Amino acid sequence: MDKPLTRNIKPDGSAASLAEYRAGGGYEGLKKALAELAPLEVQQQVKDSGLRGRGGAGFPTGMKWSFVPMGEDAPKTKYLVVNGDEMEPGAFKDRLLLEGDPHQLIEGVAIASYAIQANIAYIFLRGEYRLAADRLRRAIAEAEEYKLLGANILGSGFSLDLRLHTSAGRYICGEETALLNSLEGKRANPRAKPPFPQVSGLFGKPTIVNNVETLCNLPHILRNGVEWYKGLSRTGEPGTKIYGVSGRVKRPGAWELPMGTTAREIIEEHAGGMRDGYRLKGYMPGGASTDFLLPEHLDIPMDYGSIGKAGSRLGTGTMILLDDRTCPVRMVLNLEQFFAQESCGWCTPCRDGLPWTVSLLERLIEGRGRLEDLHTLERLCGLLGPGNTFCALAPGAVEPLQSALKYFRADFERYLQPQSTRGGVYA
Amino acid sequence: MILTPDEIQAIRQEAGHFPYPSAAAIEALNIAQRGHDWISDELLREVAEVLGISPADLDSVATFYNLIYRRPVGKRVIHYCNSVSCWMLGAEDNRRHLSERLGIGLGETTGDGEYTLLPIVCLGACDKAPVLMIGDETHFNVDPAKLDDILGETGAP
Ligand code: SF4
Ligand code: FES
Repeated sequence: MDKPLTRNIKPDGSAASLAEYRAGGGYEGLKKALAELAPLEVQQQVKDSGLRGRGGAGFPTGMKWSFVPMGEDAPKTKYLVVNGDEMEPGAFKDRLLLEGDPHQLIEGVAIASYAIQANIAYIFLRGEYRLAADRLRRAIAEAEEYKLLGANILGSGFSLDLRLHTSAGRYICGEETALLNSLEGKRANPRAKPPFPQVSGLFGKPTIVNNVETLCNLPHILRNGVEWYKGLSRTGEPGTKIYGVSGRVKRPGAWELPMGTTAREIIEEHAGGMRDGYRLKGYMPGGASTDFLLPEHLDIPMDYGSIGKAGSRLGTGTMILLDDRTCPVRMVLNLEQFFAQESCGWCTPCRDGLPWTVSLLERLIEGRGRLEDLHTLERLCGLLGPGNTFCALAPGAVEPLQSALKYFRADFERYLQPQSTRGGVYA
Repeated sequence: MILTPDEIQAIRQEAGHFPYPSAAAIEALNIAQRGHDWISDELLREVAEVLGISPADLDSVATFYNLIYRRPVGKRVIHYCNSVSCWMLGAEDNRRHLSERLGIGLGETTGDGEYTLLPIVCLGACDKAPVLMIGDETHFNVDPAKLDDILGETGAP
């Protein structure tokens, strides 16, 4: 099984050097793009490959690029921005790529920048990733030294200045337009769209924001071609995916597997199954902002379409497991506390609605809940759902809540009973 | 001036990377904080002056981000992850243990000015939960016994 994204990642956690990266074909994709393909041809290849953004939303990458103005009349300054602000609870895949193989990301950045003809790129890295920052800094210097970045890359005439920006921690920075505000040194409030960043983004110039894992796919697509890339997958959605599992399994971790691998295979084979004494009660397929699924969904392929059909989202592909000894209501409370805290406060439904869900859940857990509180929670899921808020934070926040209310209703209702009759289900 | 000439130089250099200097606000605050542990009102005013923006504008940035401290913190900030996977696997036990051992609650600093205890969101290592960060260093699969070892090495009581 081919694992292009993680093949240089060493078990001891050290970073692949430039020499190691090159030995495995590193920078060949960039060389090929620069020597043989026009920028629009690179865009076309990526479009043909069917690569979809790995940051959570799953938008087709080539299509996203195609909205950038190209040609003679296009603005001279354009930007490529790497979204390395991995802060979604339960997501932990980009860290692996950033720390383990920084050159792969740099090559991806150079290819994407060439494709949209951006001469300045920023890596927007969350401030807590200190090790990744050190390694990226070193790798950028190395790449500059070997003419893989900077002026006239590999003698092609294309130049790219790559800069590392370390953020100061706020979940909303992961939202594309909020990230741009943050990069401009402002509060990270999302921006109204249109104009879309592809046309007017960073400092008002055309800008593409791509996730770390997305960009890491590019060197391989360019080097090995579209057909090879499609062949990596088990379903109609191409490529591999870094899947992960956290929770009460024997071997939590992250693995690069064919797109479309089932949750059962990931949990049982790669993560070693549930720890002794625990049973799987539900799982969030792709991080804190995705709807719970049930054990009966375990055999559905983990790709965007299939998980969508099952009523959730693939998101980041890193699963959070709920076991039978963890209270779903308390788990949802933890999630809503996170979203309420990280709301940027820009729009009222999110700023006021999320703390309200928190207080309703707290009241329920304290034994002071009423049946109508459950209806209010349900109503809030609708009010905070898609289309009612400025950005996707609030709709994402209610995904775990709405699905928990649907699937684990009895656990919510249990808190409405007098304490003495509740039974000691959860520790 | 509390900012040192080197810090001013570093901030100016960062600001030079952008079309306008205010874009370097976060970098500038990070530089200032590295040397002075936290961003006091006076420090904030000085950084704003170097960037040529109003202190109020800079403060709106400084108060928005989790890692910029607008109140005094100890030499080492302990950030424990309280997000979902860590919560599930014992973050709260670790928090309690830290509070007892250091004699401080959340947001507080030990009497000797050594440690401050603060929560943080998911540190991107959920497969090694529970996780916490002390200063620049991240510790994985932490439990109370391991915490004692970690604190022992840094010379904590
Ligand atoms: S939905 Fe929440 S995070 Fe998004 S803009 Fe509104 S307040 Fe900010
Ligand atoms: S939930 Fe703690 S590191 Fe992710």
